[in-house]
Amino acid sequence: MRRTLFYIILIIWTVIFIYPFLWMLSATLRPEAEIGGFGIVPSRITLDSYVHVFQKIPILRAFLNSLFVASSVTAGVLVVGSMIGYALARLQFRGRSLVFTILLFTMTLPFQIILIPQYILMVKFHWTESYLALIIPYFVNAFSIILFRQHFLTIPQDLVDAARVDGCSEFYILFRIFWPLSVPTLITVAIITFMTSWNEVLWPLIVIHERNLMTMPQLVAIFVVGGQAESLMGVKLAAAMLLALPVIIAYSVFQRYFIESMATSGLKE
Amino acid sequence: MNKRIKKLTGERTAGYLFVSPYFIHLLVFTAFPLLFSFVLIFHKWNIISAMEWAGLANFIQLARDRLFFRSIGNTLIFLLIHIPLQIVIALLLAEFLNQKIRFRGFFRASYFMPVVVSGVVVTILWQQLYGQDTGVINSLLARLGMVKLPWLTSIRLAMPSIAIMATWKNVGLYIVLFLVGLQSVPKTLYEAAEVEGASHWQQFRHITLPMINPTMIMVVILSTIGGFSLFIEPYVMTGGGPVNSTLSAMLYVYKQAFSFYHMGYAATLGFFYALVVFSVVLIQKKVVESEVPY
Repeated sequence: MRRTLFYIILIIWTVIFIYPFLWMLSATLRPEAEIGGFGIVPSRITLDSYVHVFQKIPILRAFLNSLFVASSVTAGVLVVGSMIGYALARLQFRGRSLVFTILLFTMTLPFQIILIPQYILMVKFHWTESYLALIIPYFVNAFSIILFRQHFLTIPQDLVDAARVDGCSEFYILFRIFWPLSVPTLITVAIITFMTSWNEVLWPLIVIHERNLMTMPQLVAIFVVGGQAESLMGVKLAAAMLLALPVIIAYSVFQRYFIESMATSGLKE
Repeated sequence: MNKRIKKLTGERTAGYLFVSPYFIHLLVFTAFPLLFSFVLIFHKWNIISAMEWAGLANFIQLARDRLFFRSIGNTLIFLLIHIPLQIVIALLLAEFLNQKIRFRGFFRASYFMPVVVSGVVVTILWQQLYGQDTGVINSLLARLGMVKLPWLTSIRLAMPSIAIMATWKNVGLYIVLFLVGLQSVPKTLYEAAEVEGASHWQQFRHITLPMINPTMIMVVILSTIGGFSLFIEPYVMTGGGPVNSTLSAMLYVYKQAFSFYHMGYAATLGFFYALVVFSVVLIQKKVVESEVPY
């Protein structure tokens, strides 16, 4: 009896979280006049809303922009973050603990304080209207450095010593010995970094105004706010659906990795 | 001996080489902006013409700026609804998922779905759900014989509506975090309590709650930081309206900087918002840490 009650409550909440997405999908496939109410069975299916989106905005281009930006940031964070994490965990040098203290301190710095100066920096670098502004500032990420450091601390010193005796460089030790032993950490950092970059929208809105360079969430947000969607609900939702689709597909395949990775990102306090 | 020195210097060189990207990044993208913000807050600047010394003018303007206080008030309204709602729902569902049930993975995955989707998607979707006449929620309310609500068009209701939407978007993450917290509570504690004849509520109050207090602190702090970073939701949904009732901190900074080109004043706003976040989080840490004795 108690058990049944549990299931009923859990199912109600599943509906609360999933139904809006199903409704959205159905709304994008309906004629504009029929959108409304909470039903999700369309009387007739049409792709008009999607056609409208593709005609009005370079959404495919924005998708590729986002893919390029998020992949570059992810690759950068994996390489640079693991190098710094490795140095902080396994290399002896003066000032190491100071670097770590500064790292922890900068994590507590609210971003509100540096947002405007950072934008001005981009202007002075002539990085606005360029992918550089969306990629380079994100290469160093304190949280991923700490994740790498924590994991690297658990790898036995014998491996490092043996490799050094064999004359391996520190680069070789990091990328050829430590990386293969750190696959779960690499996946976690990759997922968190990729998702954060993919979903970022305030910074692109500030530094990119050229339509062909916009990221996907930025382009969709501007499309909806800027009146180009002509207050057509179906069209706005179709743009949102196209933005959601790649993530939903990736999520349904790698669901476990997504949840576990993003749960660690919550543990940073 | 010689070999050892060589090894150490090699290691040291590699160490400096490997952390050098961090140093460069720290100097260029953190230290410089931080110092520059101290310059900006004493200047008026539209970014095109020359910077103009303003003395304390920005601070005086801020002290008299109704919209600055309005945005902080709006954020507090948001947090007052968002945080309790988030904790209650997350704790409840985590507790249920922690029972011996089937399809746990499926339930967890569906609750987590809005977390991975872009805030832009969620906002556009909820704008339609909140629709006045044909919106999903109002249609449902009407069908159930209740009054339709002006979710996004009422000054009173607009910010709470955004807080409810943000809860829907984020709560999945906190369900997972609470679930991790609950699973870390040793089973023997409950068994011992059972033997002592403690009720379910007593077990929850004296075992579960103190044990998951660290998770609680985290939820409160992350939500607070989130509240002060709120931007895309009001930007897309309401533009800060009606009558500035959903004007958030970051939306106000954005407007001052990129609609009016008041760089000095926008930096001043950012500076004080950062101070507010910092103090609020510090106070929360103290309060939540001292609470919930065993």
